[in-house]
Amino acid sequence: MKISEIVTILDGVLVAGKDQMDREISFGFASDLMSDVLTLETNDLVLLTGLCNIQSIRTAEMSDIPCIIFVRRKKVTPEMIELAEESEITLIECNYSMFKTVVTLAEHGIRPLF
Amino acid sequence: MQFEFEVTGGDFANAGTASSQVKKILKQLNVSVSDIKRIVVALYEAEVNIVAHAYSGVVTVEIETTQVRIILKDSGPGIPDIDLAMQQGYSTASPEVREMGFGAGMGLPNIKRNMDVLNISSEVGIGTTVEMIAFLNVA
Ligand SMILES: Nc1ncnc2c1ncn2[C@@H]1O[C@H](COP(=O)(O)OP(=O)(O)OP(=O)(O)O)[C@@H](O)[C@H]1O
Ligand SMILES: [Mg+2]
Repeated sequence: MKISEIVTILDGVLVAGKDQMDREISFGFASDLMSDVLTLETNDLVLLTGLCNIQSIRTAEMSDIPCIIFVRRKKVTPEMIELAEESEITLIECNYSMFKTVVTLAEHGIRPLF
Repeated sequence: MQFEFEVTGGDFANAGTASSQVKKILKQLNVSVSDIKRIVVALYEAEVNIVAHAYSGVVTVEIETTQVRIILKDSGPGIPDIDLAMQQGYSTASPEVREMGFGAGMGLPNIKRNMDVLNISSEVGIGTTVEMIAFLNVA
């Protein structure tokens, strides 16, 4: 699924990475624990998290993760946007709970990693 | 080629800047995507460990055509029992560190998985030195 479609189905707000909207994503991973995210071997994934700070962007940068969705109405800071743009990471703000976000993505064919 | 970076304990706003620079350098040198990922993930874990557990540190990165060797030397409390620290799930991280999304006791095992060589030496009350080497996948 294209990142642009993900924004639409989640009724989300795209806050960084407009140029990468056409990127295809097949998998999803949900965690507030960056230590967990750093053990993943796949990169073709969207990260769902409620951890809204600069380290979530850094973690995506190191792990080559192209897209982060911040759930539970978390608001991204200007520093996070700057770092994400630099690393070509798309950031999406979403008002849904973590559970609703997961369910919605799964209904549209985004698969779990394991 | 050799590079040096300074890391400040407790400074979560800047944790990862050294890893980020190293990633850019390795990209420029055309190191393979998979080697870059495992090296910067390991380096980031070790860099965050200095920020989370020590006072200050210096990261030295030596890049050769066949390998990348990284040494992280910090001033800090040291690690009393390295075998215990290497165990998955063992963590002494503070609540502040956990709030930043870390402190699951997964960093050191993850470094070991990603790098080809990992040596840790530590003196309690003085500091810790982590040496890690990745042999590059050169065609
Ligand atoms: N540079 C260091 N100085 C002092 N203690 C350290 C250092 N690095 C690691 N440790 C000790 O080893 C433990 C395990 O480290 P490890 O990186 O595996 O987990 P963590 O940092 O606690 O959590 P995570 O890496 O999952 O965020 C730490 O909790 C800490 O007690
Ligand atoms: Mg750690």
